[in-house]
Amino acid sequence: MTKESRANIIKQGAIWAFIVVELIFFSVAGEFLSVSDKAFMDFDNMLLLLKQSAPIGIIALGMTVVMINGNIDLSVGATFALAAIVLLDSMTWPFMQGLGDWAIPLAWGLALLTGAVLGAINGLIVWKTGVDAFIVTLGSMLGYRGLVFMYNGEQPTSHLNWTLVDFAEAQFLGLHTATWFLLGVALLLWLLMTRTVHGRNAYAIGNNREAAVNAGIRVGPHFLWNFVLIGFLAALSAVVFYSESGSVNPNDGMLYELWAITAVVLGGTKLTGGYGSIVSTLGGVIAIQLLRKGLGHIGADTETVNLVIGLILIAVLFLDRQLNRKGKEELKI
Amino acid sequence: MAELTRKGLGGFLARQGILVAFALFMIAFAVANPRFIDIDNIAGVIRSSAILGVMALGVTFVVIGGNLDLSVGSMMSFSTIVVLDLHDKLGPTMAIPAMFAMTMALGAFIGFLVGYLRLNSLIVTLGMLSAIHGLTLTYSGGKNMDIADKQGTWFGIFGQGNIAGIPVPILIFALLAVVLSIVLSRTPFGRKVYAVGGNGTAATFSGIPRARIVFMTYLMSSFCVATAGLMQASRSLGSQNTVGQGLELEVLAAVILGGASLLGGSGTVFKTVIGVLILGFIQNGLLLMGLAFYAQFVVTWIIIILAVWLDIAAKRGRLWSPIA
Amino acid sequence: MTDATPALRLEGIVKTFPGVRALDGVSFTVMPGEVHALMGENGAGKSTLMKVLGGIHQPDEGTIYIAEQPVVMTSPIEAKAKGVVFIHQELSLADELSVAENIFLGELPRKGFGRVDWQKLYDETDAILKTLNVGFNARTRVGDLSIANQQMVEIARALTVDPRAVIFDEPTASLTDAEKVVLFEVIEDLQSRGVGVIYISHRMEEIFKITDRISVLRDGQYRGTLNTADTSEDEITQLMIGRKLDLSRNESHHEMGDVALEVRNLSCGDLFRDVSFSVRRGEVVGFYGLVGAGRTEIAETIFGLREPTGGQILLNGEEVRIQSPADAIRRGISLVPEDRKGQGLVLGMNCRDNMTLPQVDDLTAGPFVAEGSEVAIFDQYRDKLDIRTPGWRQLVGNLSGGNQQKIVIGKWLSMHPEVLIVDEPTRGIDVGSKSEIHNLIRSLAAQGYAVIVISSEMPEVLHVSDRIVAMFSGRVMREFTSEEVTEDSLIQAISGITGDKVA
Repeated sequence: MTKESRANIIKQGAIWAFIVVELIFFSVAGEFLSVSDKAFMDFDNMLLLLKQSAPIGIIALGMTVVMINGNIDLSVGATFALAAIVLLDSMTWPFMQGLGDWAIPLAWGLALLTGAVLGAINGLIVWKTGVDAFIVTLGSMLGYRGLVFMYNGEQPTSHLNWTLVDFAEAQFLGLHTATWFLLGVALLLWLLMTRTVHGRNAYAIGNNREAAVNAGIRVGPHFLWNFVLIGFLAALSAVVFYSESGSVNPNDGMLYELWAITAVVLGGTKLTGGYGSIVSTLGGVIAIQLLRKGLGHIGADTETVNLVIGLILIAVLFLDRQLNRKGKEELKI
Repeated sequence: MAELTRKGLGGFLARQGILVAFALFMIAFAVANPRFIDIDNIAGVIRSSAILGVMALGVTFVVIGGNLDLSVGSMMSFSTIVVLDLHDKLGPTMAIPAMFAMTMALGAFIGFLVGYLRLNSLIVTLGMLSAIHGLTLTYSGGKNMDIADKQGTWFGIFGQGNIAGIPVPILIFALLAVVLSIVLSRTPFGRKVYAVGGNGTAATFSGIPRARIVFMTYLMSSFCVATAGLMQASRSLGSQNTVGQGLELEVLAAVILGGASLLGGSGTVFKTVIGVLILGFIQNGLLLMGLAFYAQFVVTWIIIILAVWLDIAAKRGRLWSPIA
Repeated sequence: MTDATPALRLEGIVKTFPGVRALDGVSFTVMPGEVHALMGENGAGKSTLMKVLGGIHQPDEGTIYIAEQPVVMTSPIEAKAKGVVFIHQELSLADELSVAENIFLGELPRKGFGRVDWQKLYDETDAILKTLNVGFNARTRVGDLSIANQQMVEIARALTVDPRAVIFDEPTASLTDAEKVVLFEVIEDLQSRGVGVIYISHRMEEIFKITDRISVLRDGQYRGTLNTADTSEDEITQLMIGRKLDLSRNESHHEMGDVALEVRNLSCGDLFRDVSFSVRRGEVVGFYGLVGAGRTEIAETIFGLREPTGGQILLNGEEVRIQSPADAIRRGISLVPEDRKGQGLVLGMNCRDNMTLPQVDDLTAGPFVAEGSEVAIFDQYRDKLDIRTPGWRQLVGNLSGGNQQKIVIGKWLSMHPEVLIVDEPTRGIDVGSKSEIHNLIRSLAAQGYAVIVISSEMPEVLHVSDRIVAMFSGRVMREFTSEEVTEDSLIQAISGITGDKVA
């Protein structure tokens, strides 16, 4: 085994090692500091953790694909909110009311379609104008949020459908519906990125775009489909979350893009594209949620979560750089 | 249509497009509603853009130096909360310098990470966005911060005062814009910021201390953020912890709208001011037309994409991208 | 040449870009099983021609024939499908992907639901790798391979189709001698399969070793084809530059002053070891060696860009520790770097600002940049170096290579250095500007500068140097004076053959 491939395995394993460290730390620290007398590694607690990871997690998995492809999407939070509004509002439409429970799949379909269309708009703009995805999605983050407000002003949009709530709160084999969606998306995206031509080409484009172009890979459609994918997943995340909560505020989903990117980067995906893994992002998502719960468990203010996650993100970046240094003889530029 | 020449109308639009767009906007809004060009209205727009504008001035330096700063929004919340808290504890005279010192210490930390440790600025400032937000919440205990005696303090002058009939926020914005414009365009430091952002390696090979220059751009950015925080705190004399949330992206939008390339090395303070004013006047114009404040989000979206698109289309000489 | 049908034939190819006639009626023929060298100065049109052949550019006029069938190629894929494959100078591989994925980039074998057929992919890759006799397998990550092996991946990629013609663009630029031998074996193997090989290189010894015929381009025009066996370096060079190259030694001698820079046993990790030399005022010392011999790294260390791991640097007899480029500049050392666009210039800045960049701190009036003094400096060096630009407001990125290089040289001359280091001063520069820059270097020495010239071109080193330091693999092999140096001894020294090395 070469030195490089060993370094790769260390990189891939790092996030899981970090999760183990978190588990041990919070369990031990919890013994001394815990505000509740429940053990941290309680089974129900862990199940709940997975469920709570789902909304950001599903988005982060999609973000991984987009980032491997060499792009970024800052508009996912707004897409999430708009899809949620479409989901809840469409169920109140007169003709939908007449459909009974058949309204549910239709509302889901409409919400998912909304997400896919918003993603497609981003993708088409990136493809056809050649403007950097960072700027395009920075713009549509504002624009889509504007659409969210336009839909229902500053009022929350609410609709509780008990069939839907029952479905969202159901547990199958011990796992919540949301968890199943998270794991299902992770599995499908993992297959997509490791087994399919589309996935491998996405890596190639992010890794060396010119080489991919010269080899006849059509960059534009890959961009487009991956943006459609992340739009769809942002909507799926909304569908899973709001089926249960039943009420959406126009500011919901703000900063989700930043949380998702944080999880992706913690998972080791390169900002420049071409390198990253779905499984590691899942690790990144779980690590963040674990930190959130763990800090609560040991009685730290929930506020410190932001502080700790921010500093960990920077520390990860620093360590990654130290590991890749060539030593003293490096050019000082 | 597919071929834009660099000369003639296309070239002019490419170079001064943002000014032309600005002029067209003003004319269109003015025709639609004469109140739009009322002097009070214009002063009102500039005044309400001043806080965003001051932050955008600092970020302009960071972006020209080839980096990003996503932390300015949460850093502004931090300054606002800190200065309000210290106002009651130390009195306004001590609170202001103390707040500037604390904010600029954060800026120095970011500058150290990006400049000297050469870490990716997007991720560092993303991390700092979160970390500073946490810091603010920890500092305030999650509660809103208010000045106890709102009547008995002169602290409101920075946000509410007038000097010679001109609102102080406008004066601060204008003064900073002029000073920083001169710093950027006329001093050796400004020249070096362009060089470092344009080609950091070549700048290093010319003996320019790249790390120090990048560090300085973040320090300047944090100075501007502290000023904005002071203005915000002074205007409302009380604040939530999240007052600056989301501003980082609006600031970046204004800077990009002004034509600074995210790759670094281009942009000016003047253009950023135009970018800020465009955002402000669009918001105002749409409000006067009876549209809700959120209509500006959609319009801003379209304008940003068009501005950047036409800019790069003029540079490459083709409207549509060559991406297959 | 086993077959009478040419593998590839070009007829009257014309390609114009705005303002330039890059190719002006180029015609030549490559037979199957032939290694055909394509030579020409930088800017002669070789790379444009290759882009036309590779489907990246379309010719304005003229026809390409493959096996005497006229073809139109509108993309690299189409060119490859028609049997013309291009091995790029800058490797175009995705280094995070496996060897197999790179070889079949863009055409991964599929099975149902858009899945990759890994079995087929690995089988086909292994079959190709077997014929190349390489020491890595289909699953290896490309980023883990050496440059030479990455080049083998590129060649393997060519073999996925049944190629008619394979184009190599400077393939040996970063290979060791052992790796070159392997490459030449592969080329021989291609030859024996009846593939026509086009070989672009500046290295005469390789050209004479492996090619059958040589076609020469100059200024976009075809200048003729020579049989390698019947020609000489002189004849080729003459065709390439249109006159007999001034291969003359430097014979101008003038007063030399004291030692300005001395380096004793300088080392920097694995990059170079125990390097000692000195440069006097009024002297030009040439550093000659292959790419990777450590010459540029020595210059960077003297200029404060690398931390030495041992040894001393002495300026005017005093030992100095140079911490940074700013430090080096303050002590009177200047470096005209190797990579003009990457290291020498800020392309988006105007000419004046680029030229005064290192001294912008000193050109001030109060806190402001004194733009008047800047313009004066620019004007002075524009006239002195004959820089052709419409004015100082011109962005440097819009100038020609030669004028860009003069801006960089002007930048450093205006600092009035004591020691001037020039790394590959004429790379990518047209012939006319080349001799101007050579004359400039000589005249600088005459004015009392201590000059170090690093070059990979032997005529250049011979032409400008008073002394030549030959390097091989991070070590100084030998030092020559301009009187004693011979081409043979120089080539031996830089190839690591110690011969009559003086201890």
